[in-house]
Amino acid sequence: MYDERLVDEIRERKGEWEEGTLKKVLARFPERKEDFKTLSELPVGRVYTPVDTSELDYHGDLGMPGEYPYTRGIQPTMYRGRLWTMRQYAGFGTAEESNKRYKYLLEQGQTGLSVAFDLPTQIGFDSDHALAEGEVGKVGVAIDSLADMEILFAGIPLDKVSTSMTINAPAAILLAMYIAVAEKQGVNPEKLKGTIQNDILKEYAARGTYIFPPQPSMRLITDTFAYCAAHLPNWNTISISGYHIREAGCTAVQEVAFTLADGIAYVEAAIEAGLDVDNFAPRLSFFFNSQMDLLEEVAKFRAARRLWARIMKERFGAQNPRSLKLRFHTQTAGCALTAQQPDNNVVRVTLQALAAVLGGTQSLHTNSRDEALALPSEDSVRIALRTQQIIAHESGVTNTIDPLAGSYFVESLTDEIETKAREYIEKIDALGGAVKAIEQGFIQREIQESAYQYQKSVEAGDRVVVGVNKFQLKEESLPKGLLKVDPAVGEYQKEKIAHLKENRDGEAVAAALKGLKETAQSGENLLPPIIEAARAYATIGEICDVLRGVFGEYETSVIF
Amino acid sequence: MRERPIRVLIAKPGLDGHDRGAKIMARALRDAGMEVIYTGLRQTPEQIVETGIQEDVDVIGMSILSGAHTHLFPKVMQLLKDKEAGDILVIGGGIIPDEDIPALKKAGIAAIFTPGTLTETVIDFIKDRVPR
Repeated sequence: MYDERLVDEIRERKGEWEEGTLKKVLARFPERKEDFKTLSELPVGRVYTPVDTSELDYHGDLGMPGEYPYTRGIQPTMYRGRLWTMRQYAGFGTAEESNKRYKYLLEQGQTGLSVAFDLPTQIGFDSDHALAEGEVGKVGVAIDSLADMEILFAGIPLDKVSTSMTINAPAAILLAMYIAVAEKQGVNPEKLKGTIQNDILKEYAARGTYIFPPQPSMRLITDTFAYCAAHLPNWNTISISGYHIREAGCTAVQEVAFTLADGIAYVEAAIEAGLDVDNFAPRLSFFFNSQMDLLEEVAKFRAARRLWARIMKERFGAQNPRSLKLRFHTQTAGCALTAQQPDNNVVRVTLQALAAVLGGTQSLHTNSRDEALALPSEDSVRIALRTQQIIAHESGVTNTIDPLAGSYFVESLTDEIETKAREYIEKIDALGGAVKAIEQGFIQREIQESAYQYQKSVEAGDRVVVGVNKFQLKEESLPKGLLKVDPAVGEYQKEKIAHLKENRDGEAVAAALKGLKETAQSGENLLPPIIEAARAYATIGEICDVLRGVFGEYETSVIF
Repeated sequence: MRERPIRVLIAKPGLDGHDRGAKIMARALRDAGMEVIYTGLRQTPEQIVETGIQEDVDVIGMSILSGAHTHLFPKVMQLLKDKEAGDILVIGGGIIPDEDIPALKKAGIAAIFTPGTLTETVIDFIKDRVPR
């Protein structure tokens, strides 16, 4: 990026500095450690200079905001035009309680909804299923049928808000219910804005809420791509997620590599299903973690953006600029929160959120300080949202685009993360792609290895976690007002299901489920019969049971 | 005098897929010389107890991050008693609020390890409590 002569001069100067000024000081005051490394174990040099970025080609590697390869951001004005969407993931207990929390968050200035579902919903069990015992309404809201979904969005105009739903194996079913609620509100599906996570590959690799085997799961996903391209033009059909892979313990490089490898698998599956890349790729979205190492994270976001643009252009020949843009949501790292001295987590979340903003995120969830202990209380959620608002309105970092570009260190790290992620993707390609790599346990083993190494380095004291392995308090005072989910939720949901089954049109349900089964067997698009079933108030368990009957269930091998 | 290594079953009851902690513990215990079996996700209390008895383990370590511990941990303890396997040392971990711990201990769980626990603490606890 610089004149060759200047680079040589600087290289020479640096050598002199090392031999002179630096050497003298090091002799008397050795540095704190032998090796400095990022959180992800990438080596970090003492000081970076133009020498480290001399290979960079400004036009080819960075470019202008809103232009290929989008390293500097996907929009020409970034936060000068519009701030990111502040989107707090929420949902617990019953649809009634969650509806109240959503209205509270919207009143507090949140700009989009993000729905957390309980585990039975995510795994396609009704609340009255034996395996749902003890889990109903715990990590999210319990949704059994359209009746619950109607309550969840009561009084929230679906043509005005955008809604993100963390739902994967049964994503098509929850989307169908959302469409059905919109219809009842008189909102045309074309107007619906939002996202379903719909990313099954990372469920197999890291998050665990899978139902069906990979082949039919991929079909559900590509059917959703096709249906939305025709009927929900503003809907993000998938949120290809590195978040959970990172939570499971992988490094920044692995997060980029495994996420984009999953992305490649979805694009390939959709092309194989006969879709045109520029028809569905503009609605692909991504979801990343933001961890503690601020500069590494900024570099990671930039590297991911550049690498995806290159993959879409070079590998898939995408023509539409929107197909090349990696749009992403970020959540701060849950695994970085400590149960010890939980107020310190506010500071951690601030740094992580700052990294996401400096990295050019499109939307952001900031974790609450008490999440290593329980579900977040209303006070904690408000502080988390205020953290974003302070970064947005007070910190000044939103005034200019991609402000860390040109930093010798950040550019050098961006480059290194891209290169190393590319190497990983080549390895995964050699194994036959992400689906095969997951089936063979390759990705799971890589994640576990990183997680274990990290744990060992914390236990050895090589990594300091404030309040955990250093600066502990003798007596911890317990935070007050932790949120408790009423254990009666399970019983309440069971009653609701019983009531629903007595009062709905049983013949219409049976007919819809029969239609769904036939489509599942025939290979036609699954969305229309799923929407029919949702409209008829078939439950999630009933719909998933039909699909389980045709598709079977995923059997995992235990690796540790 | 014990001749065989300590046998441990690491189990994930309930539906949550957060098994980073469970897997790290499984590996740390194995590295500490114990024989470790990991059940994988979504185990019912019945499955856990049956595996524990069949594998003749000394210890069952359960991990839950979904909040279902108040329901599932005591259920495992009850089943162990019913099967006359109450001698198995049972420990738990995960996102478990302090106020829930007394009731779990009363149900017979020997210890609850919350986030930030060092693997060594758990290893020492097991070595201390399993007779040899």
